[in-house]
Amino acid sequence: MPQFQKKAILLQNKKVTEDIYKITLESPEVARAARPGQFVMVKAFNGFDPLLRRPFSIYQVTDNGNLQLLYKVIGKGTKLLAGMKPEQHIDIIGPLGRGFAFDRSKICIVGGGIGVAPLFHLMKRVLRSPHPSKVTVLMGARSREEMLGITQDFEKLGVELGVATDDGSMGHKGPVTELMGEIRDQDAGWTVFSCGPYPMLKAVAKICDEYGWECQVSMETMMACGVAACLGCAIPAAAEEIGYLHTCKDGPVFDARELAWI
Amino acid sequence: MDIDTVDLRVAIGGLALQNPVMTASGTFGYGEEFSPYVNLHRLGAIIVKGISLQPRKGNPPPRIVETPCGMLNSIGLENVGLDTFISDKLPFLLETRTKVIVNILGDCVEEYAELAQKLSDHKGIGAIEINISCPNVKKGGVAFGTDHKMAAEVTAKVRKATSLPLIVKLSPNVTDIALIAKAVEEAGCDAISLINTLLGMAIDIQSRTPKLRNVVGGLSGPAIKPVALRMVWQVAQCVNVPVIGIGGISSAADAIEFLIAGASAIQIGTANFINPQITEQIITGIKNYLQEHEIDSVRKIIGSLKV
Ligand SMILES: Cc1cc2nc3c(=O)[nH]c(=O)nc-3n(C[C@H](O)[C@H](O)[C@H](O)COP(=O)(O)OP(=O)(O)OC[C@H]3O[C@@H](n4cnc5c(N)ncnc54)[C@H](O)[C@@H]3O)c2cc1C
Ligand SMILES: Cc1cc2nc3c(=O)[nH]c(=O)nc-3n(C[C@H](O)[C@H](O)[C@H](O)COP(=O)(O)O)c2cc1C
Ligand code: FES
Repeated sequence: MPQFQKKAILLQNKKVTEDIYKITLESPEVARAARPGQFVMVKAFNGFDPLLRRPFSIYQVTDNGNLQLLYKVIGKGTKLLAGMKPEQHIDIIGPLGRGFAFDRSKICIVGGGIGVAPLFHLMKRVLRSPHPSKVTVLMGARSREEMLGITQDFEKLGVELGVATDDGSMGHKGPVTELMGEIRDQDAGWTVFSCGPYPMLKAVAKICDEYGWECQVSMETMMACGVAACLGCAIPAAAEEIGYLHTCKDGPVFDARELAWI
Repeated sequence: MDIDTVDLRVAIGGLALQNPVMTASGTFGYGEEFSPYVNLHRLGAIIVKGISLQPRKGNPPPRIVETPCGMLNSIGLENVGLDTFISDKLPFLLETRTKVIVNILGDCVEEYAELAQKLSDHKGIGAIEINISCPNVKKGGVAFGTDHKMAAEVTAKVRKATSLPLIVKLSPNVTDIALIAKAVEEAGCDAISLINTLLGMAIDIQSRTPKLRNVVGGLSGPAIKPVALRMVWQVAQCVNVPVIGIGGISSAADAIEFLIAGASAIQIGTANFINPQITEQIITGIKNYLQEHEIDSVRKIIGSLKV
């Protein structure tokens, strides 16, 4: 699998909601090699503070071959990223890690908040595959405003969405996992692809286990290198003899059964 | 002066290097991880992640946290163990033109000696670097490197077990670095590398919990450079064996500072994470500096500090 360190050219850095941005980068090599669920390590800042690159999932490869990321401003690095303007250069490494394996016929996508990022890339690829699968998308967000921001591109693809918000301002009031029971039916099970906050993923994994559904989750850990060198991205494995898996190399997408969920 | 006539070669206790730029243990994996980004053949030496006799799982996460101009890590010496290293990792490294240095660690003096002896049986290994910042389990968990007697003892035992060039890597978490340096020199090492990480911590004030699960961890990166430079200078003054400078080196200028302070070679650590091509860029940068100053050999600037 080819990997690159490249200076990407910033084409657009658009505010989507109060704290979520969509950034479009020209980086043809990385875009061509990118598969759903993979990520890039971004260095958008000069100097030593912040010091480390920041990991971001690949949100999509646009129709004209550009790389798009969807990010939420939470600290120093993402604040600096949000301030960047078109034509500036951003040093990226990627595409990195193990992505989603999607050859199943019944696909259920479960996203929470900014966790939608890797799922959109997956959704697009699934819909474009020669034998499109049966797809259900369930999305959770804090509020209506956030939901509209994270789902607008899904709506453009014409897929039907089940939505849940924490404040009840749109769709079901409560966690998105409460919508999973509604799609449970008698015939063969779903394969669930999920990304979001840890407690949500833990709940998704538990439900899938109970229903006997396959489940792939995209996980986040702290990362220094992104290339399997620092061993900082350890995540507890289900199998005790393994000890820890590494998010940047063994993930970020894992089969839910590989993880310990502590 | 022609750039191609600039001589970058250095020798570290019998180990001849094509240039003084090495990768620091634990920051470059087993080399292969960086092969998409950097031309491994150009490096002075690759120092691999610390190896123990048995595989180690390492500490529970979070293992890393960023701090101003630096990072803390408590990886806990996770590694694949000697056997897997030799069967799965070493063959790739031996195909590069670059010297391979194996960093070793153990719970007791005997483990270090056994590792050194077993590694000596394998052709192609350039040198052994011993990480003495680990706890001596038999002595209540005090790090070997914080006591000059223990540091000398482990050095002497490893010296007996191998004829490979032997580098001892010092911990900076001591009151008198010169004392430790002299002790390991006397015990027979061929070179001294320093510094390993500085012990530190960080707290999340919202939850009042430590940011590292292990509570404390090792500080690395640009934040530690002045401390590292001072220690390298101090040690270079008081030992005769070559000194290898480590700590926060992120540019050719940083590397040159260490050479001037008395280091015969340098290691790049944390900077590899930020820019995987940094080692090659530093090699080129040192060459350019020498050409600009009309100095034909890097050896002429080693220890050239004018006080
Ligand atoms: C594989 C992977 C893919 C990711 N994809 C996306 C994405 O598509 N969109 C997006 O918005 N974010 C994504 N993230 C998270 C993103 O990397 C962090 O939000 C970002 O690094 C924060 O940087 P900062 O400088 O703004 O915040 P900082 O100032 O560094 O941190 C702010 C707070 O967030 C915590 N934090 C920082 N990084 C992480 C992390 N990686 N995991 C958990 N907590 C963290 C810090 O401890 C701190 O409390 C991803 C993370 C990983 C590991
Ligand atoms: C993530 C990480 C892992 C490390 N692992 C080891 C190790 O296994 N053995 C060792 O001797 N030093 C280890 N070190 C220390 C480095 O080799 C180096 O001495 C230190 O980081 C200072 O250099 P720097 O500031 O350039 O990173 C590690 C450092 C980091 C950041
Ligand atoms: S982030 Fe460095 S090993 Fe995974």
